Amino acid sequence: MATFKDFRNNVKPNWCPGCGDFSVQAAIQRAAANVGLEPENLAVISGIGCSGRISGYINSYGFHGIHGRCLPIAQGVKMANRDLTVIASGGDGDGFAIGMGHTIHAIRRNVNLTYIVMDNQIYGLTKGQTSPRSASGFKTKSTPQGSIEPAISPMEMALTAGATFVAQSFSTDLKDLTALIEAGIKHDGFSLINVFSPCVTYNKINTYDWFKENLTKLSGIEDYDPANRELAMQTLMKHDGLVTGLIYQNTEQKSYQELINGYSETPLAHADLKLDQVHFDKLAAEFM
Amino acid sequence: MINQLSWKVGGQQGEGIESTGEIFSIALNRLGYYLYGYRHFSSRIRGGHTNNKIRVSTHQVRSISDDLDILVAFDQETIDLNYQELHDGGIIIADAKFDPQKPEDTNASLYSIPFTSLATELGTSLMKNMIAVGSTCAVLNIDTELFREVVQEIFGRKGQSVVDRNMEAIKAGFDAMREALSGQTGIMELAKADGQKRLFMIGNDAIALGALSAGVRFMAAYPITPASEIMEYLIKKLPAVGGSVIQTEDEIAAVTMCIGANYAGVRALTASAGPGLSLKMEAIGLSGITETPLVIIDTQRGGPSTGLPTKQEQSDLMAMLYGTHGEIPKIVMAPSTVQEAFYDTAEAFNLAEEYQCPVIMLTDLQLSLGKQTVEPLDLSQVEIRRGKLFSDELPEIENKEYFKRYEVTEDGVSPRVIPGMKHGIHHVTGVEHEETGKPSESPANRKAQMDKRLRKIKNIRFNTPVYKNTPHEEADLLLVGFNSTRGAIEEAQERLEADGFKVNHAHIRLIHPFPAEELLPLVQSAKKVVVVENNATGQLANILKMNVGYAQKVHNHLKYDGNPFLPHEIHSACKELF
Repeated sequence: MATFKDFRNNVKPNWCPGCGDFSVQAAIQRAAANVGLEPENLAVISGIGCSGRISGYINSYGFHGIHGRCLPIAQGVKMANRDLTVIASGGDGDGFAIGMGHTIHAIRRNVNLTYIVMDNQIYGLTKGQTSPRSASGFKTKSTPQGSIEPAISPMEMALTAGATFVAQSFSTDLKDLTALIEAGIKHDGFSLINVFSPCVTYNKINTYDWFKENLTKLSGIEDYDPANRELAMQTLMKHDGLVTGLIYQNTEQKSYQELINGYSETPLAHADLKLDQVHFDKLAAEFM
Repeated sequence: MINQLSWKVGGQQGEGIESTGEIFSIALNRLGYYLYGYRHFSSRIRGGHTNNKIRVSTHQVRSISDDLDILVAFDQETIDLNYQELHDGGIIIADAKFDPQKPEDTNASLYSIPFTSLATELGTSLMKNMIAVGSTCAVLNIDTELFREVVQEIFGRKGQSVVDRNMEAIKAGFDAMREALSGQTGIMELAKADGQKRLFMIGNDAIALGALSAGVRFMAAYPITPASEIMEYLIKKLPAVGGSVIQTEDEIAAVTMCIGANYAGVRALTASAGPGLSLKMEAIGLSGITETPLVIIDTQRGGPSTGLPTKQEQSDLMAMLYGTHGEIPKIVMAPSTVQEAFYDTAEAFNLAEEYQCPVIMLTDLQLSLGKQTVEPLDLSQVEIRRGKLFSDELPEIENKEYFKRYEVTEDGVSPRVIPGMKHGIHHVTGVEHEETGKPSESPANRKAQMDKRLRKIKNIRFNTPVYKNTPHEEADLLLVGFNSTRGAIEEAQERLEADGFKVNHAHIRLIHPFPAEELLPLVQSAKKVVVVENNATGQLANILKMNVGYAQKVHNHLKYDGNPFLPHEIHSACKELF
């Protein structure tokens, strides 16, 4: 059986020292081993940006696509091979700006895959512009007077879009994060995990210390019930979205795969492509 | 006795115009006639003039006819907009309900038949289209009983009484028209057809069936005119083979989902029209640099922007060749008939896998939506070739090195494995990369990978890149076109030959890489070359000049008013050149 070391490759990440993304990489590697995966049965599909490089830093199949499109690529992979474990990942710009349309629709489509967002509230790779997760008043190169747009609330948005698994974590909480990724992989449907992953180079506001001061663990809230969507929404609003842990899970809703009419039990990627003559003749006769 | 007939039915959109044409066509197709139908419609659901022009012939026809024998009108607008197409002996059969008026400047005859009131008497005014079909039968002297089979199939589900009433309506239409003709039937009697069974389909049907025959198991697409029929067909038919279609949130999701599915080893396609292709361009580049097979159908329509969404145009050509930023290997195909659309679609999947690159198959609205008689399609001609896709076990790789997915090879094509294969792990990225897929900015590697990718398609094996009807070694004229203009060009060629000109015809089926070697001798041996295309800037002519030269010989014949070419237009434009 594979261990987390089997999910390490020999590529040195080009992230800045101290970047939150290192812990996310480690958590994915640990979670993959913990759920019993072999490296060849995992496909990590990533977007563009610093965090998008993650698919190249894990010893598994990896596809580093185009900006904002990791989710449709990942859904295509999963549709083609339902036996693969598919993780999509990218940054907050990738998922909540250029790729927001896909994020909302992937949530409501509920294809069985896990989406991990490395949320640093800034554009890092382009050297420090505002992101849809930046708070109002946030000063960057693109918002020298401070951002005049409010930040997106991705967790609330996911709940309203019909998400079946919503979680949030902080990159230094390696143990909690690993457990959430494992739960996401095991969830039969689309799992969204937003990870606060500080940018040590360009974001001097939302730092490690800032998160430590401002985050509330759901495990510490009395009677919190992740099966209660209304409570999840109230709790998020009360804490301005700054909570960590499993926010909401619906275990009743069937995944997209389970609901498709006639969808093959065996992976489509292994199908015999030849159409038989009798079947073809029947199809042709419909045009006569 | 006539060998062919041109019939048009028109009225307000949503009034059953399409079903009138459909029933008439299916019945005649089953009698062995060759049909060619073209719908004029607007980008709205109800209201607005619509018509369906159907050509019926005892031999294959692939073009709309120049003129019209019979015009069936459900409103005055239909008469006013279309009567000029009628030739002198032509007739108008119109619903008495709107008190039809014959324009003064026509020698055609008008027959006013109470379509609506006869239908209402028989139960429902909805059957007015059946009355119209019956009236046409009287003119052509076609036994109305020949429609029973079709009517049974269409209305059988609703019960025998509905079938019987519709048959009565056809008969009532026949009788009313016979009376109007003073008892005379068959004033335009069609020569008997051969009774052979043939298909009757639109190009989009053939594309969808071709995809299914090629082993497609997944499609992702966004609804758009004139491509949606491909998706709608596969939504119905893929479940029987375990496959599925996702109607995506947008065009970019459609193409990137297909890239994901193809990467994971499934034959997947997407189909769209110009606006969708514009949105897909970045992803096409991703397919190119990651060498992921991808098949995209572009059903061209009037552009730019929303343009003329329900009208014929061929103006996406340059965008399909050069639209993506950067330089990638790409194959652009352009079938010219419905048969070719079937075989070429299936072949597109082989080429995409053999050359590991995007394949764009161009059609146009006329080819995609023109409903026509098609000779039987042969599944045994559909091959499945997957190129260098590994399915055997791979040897273990030491030190966690990646599989050389982008190995530099002589033909440029590298071995391909799909996720799930042991010892096949590699990285895929749209960033320039070295042989294992790891990012690399090294100048030497950049050149090696660019050269490798681009040489893949240099010696592409493609069956019949140019359709040729070239009887003359030395020609006065070479006619060149692509996609649906083939039929109109063929008829223009026949007429020019009858005028005494020596005319060759070349229809380009592989647009990129351009078959310059095939075309060069044809251009050289012709006094003049006329490139016929539905766009305003002569895109195909420019590509021809760029690749073959002889710019001084090459003339444009362009049409960009939204309508397909008519044979006489090409005929007279060419005559003017001499």
